Amino acid sequence: MFRLFKYLKNYVLESILGPLFKMTEATFELIVPIVMSKIIETGIKHNDKEYILKLGGVLVLLGVLGLACSLTAQFFAAKASMGFGTALRKDLYHHINKFSHAEIDRIGTSTLITRMTSDINQAQTGVNMFLRLFLRSPFIVIGAIIAALIINVKLTLIFLVASPIIALIIYLIMTISIPKYTAIAKKTDKVSLLTRENLAGVRVVRAFSRQEEEKQDFKETSESLMKHQIVVGRISALLNPATYVVVNLAILAIMWFGGKTVYAGDLSQGEVIALVNYMSRILLALVALANLIVILTKASASSLRINEIFNTKPELSDENAKEITENNSENAVEFKNVSFKYSSDADNAVSGLTFTVKKGQTIGIIGGTGSGKSTLINLIPRFYEVSQGEVLVNGENVKDYTFTNLREKIGIVPQKAVLFKGTIRDNMRWGKADATDEEIYKALDIAQAREFVDSKPDGLDTMIMQNGRNLSGGQRQRLTIARAIVKKCEILILDDSASALDYATDAKLRKAISEQTEGLTVFIVSQRATTIKNADMIIVMDDGEIAGIGTHKELLKNCNEYREICQSQLSREEIERDEK
Amino acid sequence: MKNKSVLSKILSYTKPYKWYLVLAMIFALVSVALTLYAPILTGNAIDLIIEKNNVDFDGISVILIKFAVVVGITAITQWLMNLCTNKLTFYTVRDIRVRAFERLQIVPLKYIDAQRQGDMISRMITDVEQISDGLLMGFTQLFSGIVTIFGTIGFMLSIDLKITVVVVLITPLSLFVASFIAKRTFNMFKIQSETRGEMTSLIEEMIGNQKVVKAFCYEDDAEEKFDEINSRLQQCGVKALFYSALTNPCTRFVNGLVYSGVGIFGAVSALSGRITVGQLSCFLSYANQYTKPFNEISGVITELQSAFASAKRVFEIIEEEPQTPDAENAVVLDEADGRVEIKNVSFSYVPEVSLIENLNLSVKPGQRIAIVGPTGCGKTTIINLLMRFYDVNKGEISVSGYPVTEITRDSLRSNYGMVLQETWLKSGTIFENIAYGKPDATMEEVVAAAKAAHCHSFIKRLPKGYMTEISDEGSNISQGQKQLLCIARVMLCLPPMLILDEATSSIDTLTEIRIQKAFAKMMEGRTSFIVAHRLSTIKEADCILVMDKGHIIEQGTHDELLLNKGFYANLYNSQFAVS
Repeated sequence: MFRLFKYLKNYVLESILGPLFKMTEATFELIVPIVMSKIIETGIKHNDKEYILKLGGVLVLLGVLGLACSLTAQFFAAKASMGFGTALRKDLYHHINKFSHAEIDRIGTSTLITRMTSDINQAQTGVNMFLRLFLRSPFIVIGAIIAALIINVKLTLIFLVASPIIALIIYLIMTISIPKYTAIAKKTDKVSLLTRENLAGVRVVRAFSRQEEEKQDFKETSESLMKHQIVVGRISALLNPATYVVVNLAILAIMWFGGKTVYAGDLSQGEVIALVNYMSRILLALVALANLIVILTKASASSLRINEIFNTKPELSDENAKEITENNSENAVEFKNVSFKYSSDADNAVSGLTFTVKKGQTIGIIGGTGSGKSTLINLIPRFYEVSQGEVLVNGENVKDYTFTNLREKIGIVPQKAVLFKGTIRDNMRWGKADATDEEIYKALDIAQAREFVDSKPDGLDTMIMQNGRNLSGGQRQRLTIARAIVKKCEILILDDSASALDYATDAKLRKAISEQTEGLTVFIVSQRATTIKNADMIIVMDDGEIAGIGTHKELLKNCNEYREICQSQLSREEIERDEK
Repeated sequence: MKNKSVLSKILSYTKPYKWYLVLAMIFALVSVALTLYAPILTGNAIDLIIEKNNVDFDGISVILIKFAVVVGITAITQWLMNLCTNKLTFYTVRDIRVRAFERLQIVPLKYIDAQRQGDMISRMITDVEQISDGLLMGFTQLFSGIVTIFGTIGFMLSIDLKITVVVVLITPLSLFVASFIAKRTFNMFKIQSETRGEMTSLIEEMIGNQKVVKAFCYEDDAEEKFDEINSRLQQCGVKALFYSALTNPCTRFVNGLVYSGVGIFGAVSALSGRITVGQLSCFLSYANQYTKPFNEISGVITELQSAFASAKRVFEIIEEEPQTPDAENAVVLDEADGRVEIKNVSFSYVPEVSLIENLNLSVKPGQRIAIVGPTGCGKTTIINLLMRFYDVNKGEISVSGYPVTEITRDSLRSNYGMVLQETWLKSGTIFENIAYGKPDATMEEVVAAAKAAHCHSFIKRLPKGYMTEISDEGSNISQGQKQLLCIARVMLCLPPMLILDEATSSIDTLTEIRIQKAFAKMMEGRTSFIVAHRLSTIKEADCILVMDKGHIIEQGTHDELLLNKGFYANLYNSQFAVS
């Protein structure tokens, strides 16, 4: 938590003044019972009406001053904590943006999102409450005890006994119930999981007529969630009655021993009332402190998680890179004995990859899942760093390029068709901010997406909802392809990105790409033999290694793995025709 | 739905637990009354402590014993009241949740398909929790808050009228301040939560798709957008935070005013001897707590408002029209003979857009029907109709000679083995998943089904074998393997008719070969409907339904359709068009 305090540095004044004003307010609050006891003592006893009104005026004044201080304090706390949150959020986002794919894989995007949202909010609330309450509550407790000391030393003993007991009760109830809340959260997750599963699998559930069992499952889980809630409720319900008893027993003790002291002449009636009053205030302050501790515990857990992200340093950097503008190699991409290992795995994901791709060629990459196809292409834009060997783009090692410089040249269509909230035009301009409508339409034509975009009443201005929810899978895929084409890249990579397209559209797409994009080097990763069989060169991947390189015909002759794939997907006549 | 009717609906759910409600109210009454009585006792005691050598210890000890008893009973009733409201709330909420889930099992698929899943889940989880919080606060604080206010006024009146009037006069100030703050806070919070929502969706979008962001070097643009929202969030956040933080100091201030008022008037009254010092002290402690119930009640009201809003959303599910129940004399079809007759069937999802019109198809036992067509042509519609996930608008589908409307849904569906492209597995072990359709299956049966579906070998290689837990994350099972498990699930029951959806992608070659083999084995002698992508499957079909834009446009065998030179012929040829 304290490591994050540096984000308060622009709000040092607010962070100091806030708690100070709070303490001032608390002081005013502590003076009130003393004034009241004076009213009773001097005013009533001596029948002095003027004195009563004078001190009454002091009471009102104390209230007004207290309000003013408190408002100032709240304002400073709000300003400082929001400033803290804003600066932290900005910095964390900037940090996350520097991560390479390796770190994103390791941490996971959903984790990153919770760190950015709920964890930062939690930390922000923590700072806010800290500034508001951290000094105030203990100050009131100590202040009330000191006030009691001033009134009567012996009776203060009651305070010294009662306060720790109240604190202990609060502490015990919290330590018992808080871990149980985690159990409740887990049960709630289970209920949520069952609901999600049931909705997603509604067809299967009904196909197997399992509705009754599903209901039973759900009932049991809800039941067990409820039991946990009742148990926790039972424990938390103890807090108020238990502290009430302790405080009132203390008051009882004050009256009894106070009575004795008054009898002895060491204490006045008004002072007894003041002592009773202080006792009540201690309870309120301790309860507030307990809430603060809960909030701070959560905040410090969140801070730990945020710091974890900050402690993760991006593995890749382009600090020593330079702008490379020359472009006279005839090879677009070259792999020289490349191996790569994901940090979480023991074995290499790919190893010993060596091949050369000339500019303008179309390369097909085929192989089973987990054979290393995606890994291979992810090494070209240097999303991951090779463990061994080198990858060259336009004859230069990818490490020598700045990220922007390198990735500008490469258009990627990822497996998962991702679009962003905004108009189709906004999405198309991701790779080229100033693309004209003409350029966009040309790309849509190539990607076979023109027809359905035109069919929308708003054309390019059609709004795409988050994650492209309002489009079909095939439409999304075609738009992501168009987006990559708009970019005017030198190397286009299609990572199994036509999977939601039917064969006919897929075929048209490939035809359009080869005819309408002069000099573009294209990598097509696919599971389908038909998609890649016309490529200039086909790389067959098997278990992280290259099982064969060549044209369709060559591979049919001399690559077993490739022949197997074709046999499972193509008709016998097709294969026989191609073999000739 | 008006708030009133929502309230009465919620209350109807509490009916089975009404005794808890009654008890809670009784305990609340007792504990509030005693809480208010305690200061009177202390006041009486203080009156007996007068000055040096003038303290009535006998009187005090009687009062203090009474005080101790009162405190004890108050604590116990408070605790019991909390226990009752706890049970009442959690039982009620569980019932609401279970009822909603049960309704989801019988609503037509049309309803579920039309909803966003995330929204449904948040109704079942967040909204129900909101109801729970609202009820809990409502039960515990609303009633006792109101009792406390009236009780305090009553007790004060019993001591002195004038001072009570002072307190009551300052009360509207407290209410005014509270409502002023609440209104401001509400507006600020609305702006803040909108901005925060904007921020969250940007973060989800950008970080969720960080790899795409990197591929397009979009980091700087993203940060720019982010900073813009972030600074807006800061501005409205400071205001929202400040306004919401006003409540405490302001009520403390009003409290202070009440306290001062009571102090001044009380002291003056004491001068004239109208009240004693002890009674003044009693008034002071009332004044100290007087504004508390007002704050609580305004908190409860906000909480109840959002609970009502949530309840509305949950009741929408519970009150959704269920599907038409099975006919009373519906046949339980034990084993279909494999005949499927589709006569003059018309269907559309929305009345304005007609989809299937006048479809006729007669399927003999053991025949294979392939459904083909371009992406998004509505192939799944056919599955929806065959399984009776949706009812036809016109015409009739019959199985084994019975119209499907005269067969129980359960028995109709159990005659179909269905393997969909989106593989769905339940969280649980592999064993449980394969035995999904037959929960009493033995291990031998499950292994046999797994072997038939070619997944035994990979299951065996998993560290925990058939007892491996399947979960969303960190799964060591690939997409293709999941599909094999779905096939095994059907293999175990092996019904007389099949509905298969061939996968288009994401499955490695080896697994794909296995899936094909498994499919082929299943189809032997069974009537099968296949949403087909693979040429070999299509060619071997007895009948091909060619679909486009939701319509069935051609129908026949491969050779017939080629001769037709229609849409299918085009589709078929286009695969070889590029060279």
